[in-house]
Parts: sequence; structure tokens; C-alpha cells
Amino acid sequence: MELETRSGNLFGYSGARAHQSGQDTVVFVHGTGMDHTVWVLPSRYFARHGYNVLALDLPAHGRSQGSPATTIDAMADAVIEAMATANISSAALVGHSMGSLVALSAAARYPDRARSLALIGSTAPMGVHPDMLRYAADNDHGVIDMLTYWGYSKAAQLGGNENPGLWMAGNTLRLLERAPDNLIHIDLAACKGYDTGLSHAQAVACPTLFILGERDIMTPVRSAQKLISAVAKTQVCVLEGSGHSLMMERPDALLDALISIV
Amino acid sequence: MSKIKTFGFDTLSLHAGQRPDPATGARATPIYQTASYVFKSPDHAASLFNAERAGHVYSRITNPTTAVLEERISALEGGVGAIATASGQAACHLAIATLLGAGDHIVSSRSLYGGTHNLLEYTLPRFGISTTFVDPRDTDAFAAAITPKTRLLFGETLGNPGLEVLNIPAISEVAHAHDLPLMIDSTFTTPYLCQPFALGADIIFHSATKFLSGHGVIIGGLVVDSGGFDWAASGKFPTLTEPYAGFHNMNFVEEFGPAAFITRARKEGIRDFGACMSPTTAFQVLQGMETLPLRMQRHITNTRAIVEFLATHEAVEWVSYPERPDHPDHELAKKLLPKGCGAVFSFGIKGGREAGQRFISRVELLSHLANVGDAKSLVIHPASTTHHRMDAKALAAAGISEGLIRLSVGLEDPDDLVEDLGQALRASQKS
Repeated sequence: MELETRSGNLFGYSGARAHQSGQDTVVFVHGTGMDHTVWVLPSRYFARHGYNVLALDLPAHGRSQGSPATTIDAMADAVIEAMATANISSAALVGHSMGSLVALSAAARYPDRARSLALIGSTAPMGVHPDMLRYAADNDHGVIDMLTYWGYSKAAQLGGNENPGLWMAGNTLRLLERAPDNLIHIDLAACKGYDTGLSHAQAVACPTLFILGERDIMTPVRSAQKLISAVAKTQVCVLEGSGHSLMMERPDALLDALISIV
Repeated sequence: MSKIKTFGFDTLSLHAGQRPDPATGARATPIYQTASYVFKSPDHAASLFNAERAGHVYSRITNPTTAVLEERISALEGGVGAIATASGQAACHLAIATLLGAGDHIVSSRSLYGGTHNLLEYTLPRFGISTTFVDPRDTDAFAAAITPKTRLLFGETLGNPGLEVLNIPAISEVAHAHDLPLMIDSTFTTPYLCQPFALGADIIFHSATKFLSGHGVIIGGLVVDSGGFDWAASGKFPTLTEPYAGFHNMNFVEEFGPAAFITRARKEGIRDFGACMSPTTAFQVLQGMETLPLRMQRHITNTRAIVEFLATHEAVEWVSYPERPDHPDHELAKKLLPKGCGAVFSFGIKGGREAGQRFISRVELLSHLANVGDAKSLVIHPASTTHHRMDAKALAAAGISEGLIRLSVGLEDPDDLVEDLGQALRASQKS
């Protein structure tokens, strides 16, 4: 669906079903340089199971227009505005990586809008490798390689996709290659600059589920402990063997975990 | 700054797409010889049918063994996904039928495998899809043949039988300037010798019967999606950009992004046309692909030895192989095919059709048959077999001389091949 907001015309994928009044809503927020297509499987699941789904393309990402938001809080504002435009009063907020920070910020700053919170591949503060930032600043393909291959466990770099016939790394490479120049750098800088994650976590009132990858080297499980401890109502689910790209590596286990919180 | 290290080609040839079997620990890829899969619950079934969960429903559409092969070729080609098909012809048809419909048009190299030529020239027109054939060496001819109805440009990495080296970078530029994809038949080169996506192609298909499997025991094909073509921006492909009533109004570009083409091909083409690969065949192709780099290296060194032998033989009029300086595409081959120009080539035997027949009747180690890409060396004399109804004039029009012999060089000891070719060549000159 197209959403006219102050951030520009934003696109939200609804899981191939139109929104119905009176249904609970799930909002998905993607990570750096990505778009709604990383959420297709759970979006379709929740849409069929009686939820309104909004898998949003953040400003300047995917099919959304507008200028990119340069801070996590500004991205969260865009999500909240998109929800309002879509007549969504509150939702289960689900975010991956950068999107998890966006969801965290939104849940902390707009508590009435968050029914529950799922933070996938998350940590705060979220360190960004300096080489990654330098490559991104130069729009060098090296940053896409790093995001892709560091984003998968070593095993998943050899494939074995649960989703038959698709090469996970190839999909991530192509998706990131579609990002406009400078967008990945803006996203990474926003992640690096988000220094209120722990205080935001303390302000989160809704039930929160962390879904983490056992083999994640970008947001390792151990690095998330402070953030986990800061949230009042929290549960943790660690997916065995998975790297940072949990939606691709463990789509079914991820969905099962989401069902428990959404 | 250091570039990130990723798994290399040889490692991917062995491992891509497969992990030790979670149920048994089997290191080799198990053959899941099953038609269908038990659902865990009615809701699980519904979620599989509605593309909400990963998994398998029916082996015409997906199969765990076949999926390993599909991932492996995707990894080796640098694509986003693939579909294994019943033959190379089925792969070609699946790709075309996914993108084109009645009224659409293809611009194709005229130097094609005969089966592909038949499909484009005679069969697809019955379904409203026409093709204009052009000289593969004439990039401008590709551009000139494009019409408002054109939806695909097509060629082979190495043309058949002249081994024209397709200028993929130049022709992909033409295609993309017209918002069209370029499809490549990469059977003769395999991803070991040429990776067309890196050169600008958008779709690749293979006959897996040939070098990919290498053992000559199966018939199979693969179609691979680069994921790089922008179908939405092109605006010429409603099968990918508009809701598909045949799958709950699925919009493939909107929902699958880079994997739109290969997902439509699976949700529609392999489902409805049904030309799928059997899991046992997929297993056999995988066994071959594990040694693809090693075999291709040996194919190339053997081919070079045979080419050198034939080039100086008194019974041979000419040898056509792009690595030779007298081949018209020699410079392009050095650029696009630095590891080698494949193991299939042609030479002309002195004495025309009769000499060709005598040569064929005397080879003992090489096998006289209609195939290429086997581990065993193969030979055919088109004027007395596949093209036997043609006179000299008709053969010339097809780029085939009466004395043309096509070789597919295998993995035998090169000395043994030279010896067999030598005795057959000597015999060919005795009337």
C-alpha cells in the first residue's frame, strides 16, 4: 500500500491481503539498505491468520520515496507516521538489525503504539566496523560484501536454504545492490550514532522478545545482554546455528518465535 | 582496507547448497526419492501452499535433493536462485515461457544448438512467439532487430558449430539500453570457464547433461536467475509486475524483489508445464559438479593437445578453436574466456564427405554419437549424420562443410586420443 506521509510517499507490504478493521496489526521494520521483501513469509502468514500487516519500506528504501532518515529516532518517527496514515493505532513492532533499533525507539518514545516488541539480531549500542563505514562512504561494493557475508553464519554461506532453490547470499547481495548511493552509509551511521538504546530499553513497557542468532558475528548474543537486562518484560530466543540474517537462515523457527509474541 | 574473503569456486562446487543431512548425518546429499511430503497439520499445509513457510509440498515443484543442485548452480553462477528441469530444452522453454507470451519477440544469435533453433524457429511461432536470428558477431544486428514487441535477447557463450564467442558485455549493453534482459546458454563453458552474470547477462540456462554432470548418464537442465534485472523499471513484463491470478494474485516483483523471475518460474512454469528434474538425476548431476573444476581443467589441457596435433596434420584442412590466432574471435576469447574455450571444436578433413565418413568409421577410442560434454571423447560427422539430407550448398549455408568433424574432447590420456585420431585420419585419406 502507498502511504502519503511527511517523509514522502512510503510503501508498505500488507502480506497480500487488505487491512480489515478490528484486527490486530504487525509492523515489520527492515535492516540496513534492505526493504520489505525480507519479511514476505511471516507477512503472508500473519495476514492469513487475521492480522493487518505493514512491512514498511523506510524512507528512500525499496519502493518508498523521500529523503532517507539520518537517525534511528527519525526512522522511528517515520514508522509511527506511516502507522497513523494507515489508521493503525498500535501494533506488534518487529525489527531486524537496524530495524530493531527503530522498533525499540518507537516502542520507547510512543508506548501507546507498541502492543509488543520483537527485536531480531539486535544489540545496543550497535557497533559498526570502521571498514564497513569507509566502504559505505565510498559507495564501494565492499560494504555490500561485508553486510552479506558477515550477515550469514559460516554454514549458511554454503547455503542449505530452507526455502528451496534460492541462494541466500546471492539474494542479499542483489537486494543491497539495489540501494541508492549513500543510503547504506546513512543507515550504518544512524546505527552507530544511536546512543540512547539502553535508556530507550528501560522505557519500554510492552512485552519484548529478543530473537538472536547463536552464530551471529554482527550482533553477537553476548553483546545483547545489557540491552536484554534493561527491558522490563523480556524473553530471549536464541536460534541455534543462525547468523545475523535470521529471516533467511531460519525462517520457520523465526516465525514460530514471532507467533509467541505477536 | 581488506576485501572480505568468501568461499572459492572449488569449495562451492563441493559444498554449496548442502549441509550434512540433519536427520541422519549423511555427508553425501541424500536422494529424497519421494513424490510428496507429510504435512504437520492443516495449518502447516495451508502455510506451505500460501508461501508463508519454507518447505516442500510436491516434488514436481521442489525437492530437497534437487534444491541442493539449484543452490549449487546459483552459487557457482553468482545468481539468486535456480530451477532444475528435465532437460536443457525444458530449461530454455521454462525461461522463455515465464517472460513471454503470444505476440512477443526474441532476438537471437543464429549460431545455436539445433534443438534450441527448432524451438525458436518452428515451435514457438505456433504459440505466437517469433524470433529474429542475427549474426552473433554483429552487435549492431542485435540492436537493429529489436522491435517494440521484443522481450528477450539470446545467445550461446560459444556458438554452434562455429564457436563464435558471444560478446556478452556488448550485447547486454544493447539489451539493457532497451530495458530487455539477455539470456545465455552457457552449456559449453560452464561457470568454471565463463560466468555470464559477471559479464552482464540476466538469465542463464544449461544443459546439465553435458559438462556440468560430465558422465553422460542423465538428461537435465538448469535455469538460473541473476536477480539483477529491474523488471519493474523495464515495464515490459506483466507476468512479474502485475498480480497473478493463478497464485492468489501474487505480485512477484513486489513480494520477491531480486528473486521475482525465478519465483514466478517455479510458482507457474514448473508447476504447470511440469518438466521437473527427478531427485535421482539431481544427485547424479551433483556428483559430477563436485569435480567440475578438476574436470574442466583436464578437458582444456586435452583439447589444447588435440588442437595442436590436428592443426599440423596433413589430412586436416582447418581447425576452428577460439584459442588459435586465426580464429575470428581470438582476441575476444582471450578477454572473456581466459581459462579456456571449452572442449568442443570442429576441424575440416581433406576429402570432404566421403573422407569424413571413412574417418568416423575408423575411430576406435572416440565414440561416434550425438552428444557433447561427456568425460569420454565424442565425435560426429554432421554431413553424414545430423545433416545428412543436406547437399554441399545447403551445408555451407548452415556453416557446415562436408568434411567438418566435431569433437568433444574427454578426459582420456591425450596420447591415446592423438593415436586414435591419427590412425583414423590416415585411414580417411585412403579411398
